[in-house]
Amino acid sequence: MKTLIKGGRILDPATGHDAIGDLWIQDGKIESITPPGAKAPQTKDHVISAAGLAVAPGLVDMHVHLREPGAEYKETIASGTRAAAAGGITSVACMPNTDPPIDNLAMVELVLSKAKYQGVVNVYPVACVTRGREGKVLTEMGELKAAGVVAVSDDGDPVSSPALMRCALQYAGMLDLLMINHAEDKGLSGKGVAHAGFQSMLLGLSGIPRSALEVMIARDLILAEETGSRIHVPHVSTEGGVRMIREAKARGVLVTAETAPHYLVLTDDSLQGYDTNVRVNPPLAEQKDQEALLAGLRDGTIDAIATDHAPHSRREKEMEFALAAPGICGLETSLSLILTALVETKILTLLQAVQCMSFNPARILKIPKGTLKPGADADVVVFNPQAERVIRASAFLSQADNTPFDGWKVKGEVVMTLVGGRSVFENNEHTKAIHPA
Amino acid sequence: MRERGEILGLKRKDLLTLQELGAEEILHILDTAASFKEVVQRPIKKVPALRGKTVVNLFFEPSTRTRTSFELAAKRLSADVVNFTAGSSSLVKGESLLDTVRNIEAMNVHTIIMRHSCSGAVHLVARHCRVGVVNAGDGTHAHPTQGLLDLFTIREVKKSFAGLTVTLVGDITHSRVARSNIHGLLALGAKVRVVGPATLIPKSIAQLGVEIHYRLEEAIAGADVINILRIQLERQDGQYFPSAREYAHLYGVNARRLKLAKPDVLIMHPGPMNRGIEISPRVADGPNSVILNQVTNGVAVRMAVLYLLSGGESDENPD
Repeated sequence: MKTLIKGGRILDPATGHDAIGDLWIQDGKIESITPPGAKAPQTKDHVISAAGLAVAPGLVDMHVHLREPGAEYKETIASGTRAAAAGGITSVACMPNTDPPIDNLAMVELVLSKAKYQGVVNVYPVACVTRGREGKVLTEMGELKAAGVVAVSDDGDPVSSPALMRCALQYAGMLDLLMINHAEDKGLSGKGVAHAGFQSMLLGLSGIPRSALEVMIARDLILAEETGSRIHVPHVSTEGGVRMIREAKARGVLVTAETAPHYLVLTDDSLQGYDTNVRVNPPLAEQKDQEALLAGLRDGTIDAIATDHAPHSRREKEMEFALAAPGICGLETSLSLILTALVETKILTLLQAVQCMSFNPARILKIPKGTLKPGADADVVVFNPQAERVIRASAFLSQADNTPFDGWKVKGEVVMTLVGGRSVFENNEHTKAIHPA
Repeated sequence: MRERGEILGLKRKDLLTLQELGAEEILHILDTAASFKEVVQRPIKKVPALRGKTVVNLFFEPSTRTRTSFELAAKRLSADVVNFTAGSSSLVKGESLLDTVRNIEAMNVHTIIMRHSCSGAVHLVARHCRVGVVNAGDGTHAHPTQGLLDLFTIREVKKSFAGLTVTLVGDITHSRVARSNIHGLLALGAKVRVVGPATLIPKSIAQLGVEIHYRLEEAIAGADVINILRIQLERQDGQYFPSAREYAHLYGVNARRLKLAKPDVLIMHPGPMNRGIEISPRVADGPNSVILNQVTNGVAVRMAVLYLLSGGESDENPD
């Protein structure tokens, strides 16, 4: 038995394919892409009608907080992977700032085992650079890599010692393990809770200057260049960050970078009213930063769009702004926000957007995802890029029911998500349309 | 003291900032405060305007003078006043701010006067509560009644704001008093200068139309009003300026420097003063000082705010 996704606009950034066609799936793998109607299905085949819909490789989100173990009241591997599936995301890299942190083999195995039995999408653990995320002793990266870890990062606690970072880059580089370092100099950001600018001044919120982020990016780029190791800069949010990464790439430094949807659609203007749903780290910056990020996406300086999905319970958001937990949920809004703000506006083509959200992050993580080439795992998202919908936090599959985008009218609706050829999410409103009698 | 309906209440539930008020509303509050100032100079300093209403002083940050000033204002309007301070509350038990406030609201109070060390905490409470909230200082954001009493004190002497140059001296970055003064003064047409160490003046404040200075002498030259902010030595940790001694040397307002300002310059300070640091004793006690007038006016201004926010409803109460 085969599955046929019939008559959709098939996008494969790995090959540049963007045309109407039929996608054939067998035994959990992509079998082929054929011209529309070229090959008739057998009666036993499962046919999904994708007329008017886009068919793309399942999205790969390389920056997700699943919160398990330790903060299961915010999110679990079960709820987080279901939220991912609802957002068209079929692979997530999960961050190690759990409690206890993912810094040893047992923790990696725990996450992988929970993902296998309770999750619905592929989960790729990111492990700590240092034990306990304390910035002192390296983790056993050799063993962690063998267990399935795709990258190392101390997440919100950047490796502050330059000497240790230099060694970590050399060691991870030797193992061909990706280094991700949260770019923030904590000495400079201090007690800051918002981008240091006109808005934070008006609101009396302690500012985080650009230099707090950019000093760390500069240091990491210099160390990556010297060691010849790969460095990935997560959630780039400022103009200076984009500029430095562009220059480093031109010099041949092995750097890759991601930004998050919220930096592309919000600025620090949204701080007015002290909405804690826009409290995020790094903080939302200014118009000129947003423009630089968009330019960076267009010219390839920024490789990937990742959500930095950071779910928090209502209790941690209905608080004084400075005391509220920083973080925005992204899994269920990312695709729509990018389609609305970047594709509709022709900043990126649909194929480029899909590339930044699937093929590129898969390439950075060196995982065999983000493509519809024959033989690849049948991780597929079927979505309607034109459908209008209203974002409702209350309808999230994520345990978190807060987002700055609640009530936003956006374009783009996920119709169906498949992982290894198996449906893991189906939008009920479309069931009739895609399963013709 | 006045006929029913003569004064219209403010068309708002809360007073959180001066930024949200227009010139007209600010002047309306100042005019109302002027009538209340007349009341508090009578032998019997009390009117029945808020009789039967309960006002809660909800202070999450220590304060003596502002709390007392609000308490006197409410009592002189015949309201019942309850003081609630963080130390005596359930806050130490980990209750959230909203839960604390919802409990107080459930006791059917009319107005919450709130001070909190987090900027925007009053906005959170105002958004989630039906009762009126008066901001008595939120973090480094706003202190609207201080701004209003400063405006009142200036207007009492100078009559109008057009053409006035007002200089704010000190730590602008961390000052809610500065922000409230700036919004109010600009709305009423005054020219505002700020002066202090570069480490304590946010450059983006120029976008509001404020002049930035780093030399005190330049900033007070020809000034009509000098409002000297308290340097919070306890907040400094040697990063913003090297010592109180150097601060006094560069930014202390003394009699010699005062000669650069207009002869009839007003000297203001929101208190408590560090005599000998940001202000010399001779200046604090000198003929140009209106520092104690500010304190007196504070009660009248707060009476006006409480009265106008309540919309004068109690006048309709026959008893």
